[in-house]
Amino acid sequence: MSSTEVAASQGTGGKKTEQLDSVVIRFCGDSGDGMQLAGTQFTNVSAVFGNDVSTLPDFPAEIRAPAGSLSGVSGFQLHFSSNDIFTPGDQVDTLVAMNPAALKTNLADLKRGGTLICNEDAFDKGNLSKADYKSSPLEDGDGLAGYRLHKVPMTRLTRDAVDGLGLSQREADRCRNFFALGLVYWLYERDPKPTEDWVKAKFSKNPAVAEANLRALRGGMNFGFSTESFTVHYEVAPAKLAPGKYRKMTGNEALAIGLATAAKLAGKNLFYAGYPITPASDVLHELSKLKNFGVRTFQAEDEIASMAAAVGAAFAGDLAVTASSGPGICLKGEAMGLGMITELPMVICDVQRGGPSTGLPTKTEQSDLLLAMYGRNGESPMPIVAAATPGDCFAMAQEAMRIAVNFMTPVLLLSDGYIANGAEPWRIPAISELKPIRVEHVTELNGDGEYLPYKRDENLVRPWAVPGTPGLEHRIGGLEKSDVTGHVDYSPTNHHHMTEVRAAKVAGVADFIPEQEIEGPDSGKVLVVSWGGTYGSVRTAVRRLIERGESVAHCHLRYLNPFPKNLGTIVSNFERVWVPELNAGQLSLMLRAEFLVDAVGYNKIQGKPFLVNELVEQIESILEDSNP
Amino acid sequence: MTTELPVLTAKDFASDQEIRWCPRCGDYSILAQMKKVLPTLGLPREKFVFVSGIGCSSRFPYYMDTYGFHGIHGRAPAIATAVKVARPDLQVWVITGDGDSLSIGGNHLMHAIRRNVDLKIVLFNNQIYGLTKGQYSPTSPVGSRTKSTPLGSVDFPLSPLCVAIGSEATFVARAVDVDIKHLTMVLERAAHHEGTAFVEVYQDCNVFNSGAFNYASKKGEKEDNIVYLEHGKPLVFGKNRDKGIRVSEMSRPEVVELGSGVSEDDLLFHDEEASEPSLAFLLARMRHPEFPEPLGVFRDVKRPTYDAQVNSQMNSAIESKGEGDLEALFNSGDTWTVE
Repeated sequence: MSSTEVAASQGTGGKKTEQLDSVVIRFCGDSGDGMQLAGTQFTNVSAVFGNDVSTLPDFPAEIRAPAGSLSGVSGFQLHFSSNDIFTPGDQVDTLVAMNPAALKTNLADLKRGGTLICNEDAFDKGNLSKADYKSSPLEDGDGLAGYRLHKVPMTRLTRDAVDGLGLSQREADRCRNFFALGLVYWLYERDPKPTEDWVKAKFSKNPAVAEANLRALRGGMNFGFSTESFTVHYEVAPAKLAPGKYRKMTGNEALAIGLATAAKLAGKNLFYAGYPITPASDVLHELSKLKNFGVRTFQAEDEIASMAAAVGAAFAGDLAVTASSGPGICLKGEAMGLGMITELPMVICDVQRGGPSTGLPTKTEQSDLLLAMYGRNGESPMPIVAAATPGDCFAMAQEAMRIAVNFMTPVLLLSDGYIANGAEPWRIPAISELKPIRVEHVTELNGDGEYLPYKRDENLVRPWAVPGTPGLEHRIGGLEKSDVTGHVDYSPTNHHHMTEVRAAKVAGVADFIPEQEIEGPDSGKVLVVSWGGTYGSVRTAVRRLIERGESVAHCHLRYLNPFPKNLGTIVSNFERVWVPELNAGQLSLMLRAEFLVDAVGYNKIQGKPFLVNELVEQIESILEDSNP
Repeated sequence: MTTELPVLTAKDFASDQEIRWCPRCGDYSILAQMKKVLPTLGLPREKFVFVSGIGCSSRFPYYMDTYGFHGIHGRAPAIATAVKVARPDLQVWVITGDGDSLSIGGNHLMHAIRRNVDLKIVLFNNQIYGLTKGQYSPTSPVGSRTKSTPLGSVDFPLSPLCVAIGSEATFVARAVDVDIKHLTMVLERAAHHEGTAFVEVYQDCNVFNSGAFNYASKKGEKEDNIVYLEHGKPLVFGKNRDKGIRVSEMSRPEVVELGSGVSEDDLLFHDEEASEPSLAFLLARMRHPEFPEPLGVFRDVKRPTYDAQVNSQMNSAIESKGEGDLEALFNSGDTWTVE
């Protein structure tokens, strides 16, 4: 019998069931405690059940910091809802803390009156001192009085549950996350079947461990059911998402699938060159599984090699891609310029993280926009697009590739750690819904008895001749070249002309991208302009204000260079332009320069997403200021 | 009726670009021999790709009427690796120099070689940075007085062949720019090798480092200073072919005079195909003036190539899983339906 059948057959045991619209739950514990796993499982189960979900994994850069230490705390926050949601939640409703360090670092985010579930067995002298507690907060009474505290002897109960399976104590303790998971599954009426199936598949070669995890899971559920301290459990009904078939998707998964899709749509092979770097490595991992889609992945010896390889693959006629994060994009600069001056198509993804330098590898930020715009020597403009949500990475991967091949240019695709690792439901598109990507290779001479590699069409785009094509033998490279013929040419007027032509080509992309959409009125007091992974928080905040009748609108940019054609008009129709960014002011700088508008930034550089409430408060104060 | 490929000549490979190397630069000779070799390889002209980095050497692709890519400093092996993996049907040459591939490009050279990507890498070693007008390079001898080392360089130099052998190269060879017939033979051997073929060419930069290799190129001098390697034959050299190389009991090479108790049978016999590279390394350590420097093919062994294996994995995946199905991909994992 599965655990749900047990619970059902015994009825609700006299417990109350409450309906909730939305819950924000956070799991936190040691880096090695399986909090990411627990959080991911809860997300899967909630998504399959039909809730809208939004996640925020939060883990340190080190693989395994010292057990029990404050720096080693790993967390996973999940917002699940019967409504359409866009953020992982400002405040936590239920906090599951597996040890004192986790409690110490996460308690501040738990709302007053929130549910706090602690593994009381972990609150021993050693762990308390590592977390700078003089005495146990579980016993003190005062500190945690404002919460609904549940002290659960998870270690003991997990060990009891798996007794007899021949596990060592360490192996038994590793199942604690499943106990905690089972408990909150009961608390929120989750059907554990997807998790049970996952455990059986994952540990199929180790039945003892599989059984142990299942027992721990059931143990947690039964504990919730039986124990008197949990008198209420909650239902969160499925959300009314647009009809269709859904799956859970993280940004990096979506990026990889989007790139493979682009290759399929274009009828080309994909060449992915990359170097492991947090938080982009998963793109390499996911694409390496897709060989049967004509995807060749190349784990290069360094970031520069992977960029050089992307250029080489494009020269050879493949769809070329590389992904990295800030430090890697810096390294790639020279080779990106080579791609730009040889006017070859390729996509370069920057999954941004906290900088500068090594910075904060596992924290999110959006501080590479100016790097994307200006990070090469000389005049080296490139189209830039940015994904807004995890699922949007799928669409923007294809957009980036489409622009690259249509305009024979490298294209930068900006993502960030938050949407790369965050998950949300993704509506599976029908193949017929996908926009085609057309690639044409020149096969005939285009000049008087010769091939002219830089003879441009009406969009200033040069032809793409693939090596191996008879009669079109030609040489290209990083030196400045004559227009049309492509021969090395240093002459003054040619260089000026080529600089202008390359810039005009990129500017011309504006005629091929959608106009900017605006949420809210076309004119008014405050225009909020944002880009990248802040979409969820900003959209939720502005919607709230619009619903209250405030004169505020929101433009979220997915095309950063060139800007959409109508953006200039839009910004001129508002009294104030307000630009919340997870950086020190980069889009705001670009808007000011481009449109001579007094764009004002709201800048948070803390490695965390915006909270909806903080944005609402900030906009409210601006609206107040602007009242006559 | 079979279609015959047109017979190509060296002229077919000459591009229309004016060659801008200095008069009497060693590069002219290398270019001339390359144009003689390519027509003999049985490939149509469109199948050749020349990839270069930055340096005088790296202007080479502009002077060949083939597909060519003039890349950035040091990165040609990485660019070329991708070209070959993406297009295994092409024959890909990498033209580089001592600065380009042993200074900034050292990392990429090492990895292309260890992967055994099917590339023909020709390193024009002139022991100087020519294009930037005369700084010392990673192969310049200690004490070189150059623009950046007016009191003489203090760096200990690298030997390109030792680096290549240390990087697990499957084909290693050395030639001299003006040793025309021999250079042609070496380039041909490199062209036919399946895997990375690494060739060091001693190249004279007559403007910034004139005469650096006279000992190996000037008639009358060179016979005592070089020894031609031939697979299966003993190492014999000298104007009168009266000297040889023998390996002592300590496994060190020594120069011996033939006659008076020493016959050819006592000498070191060259084995290109030795499975361990130690012999090739021993030969690469023989430097002027203590030893005659070996010229020719040091090593030529077989090992699966990176490009063949990557493509084989991709093709096996397609065979076993079928060509990628987007619908199946989208629907992989847990899905649910909202009515």
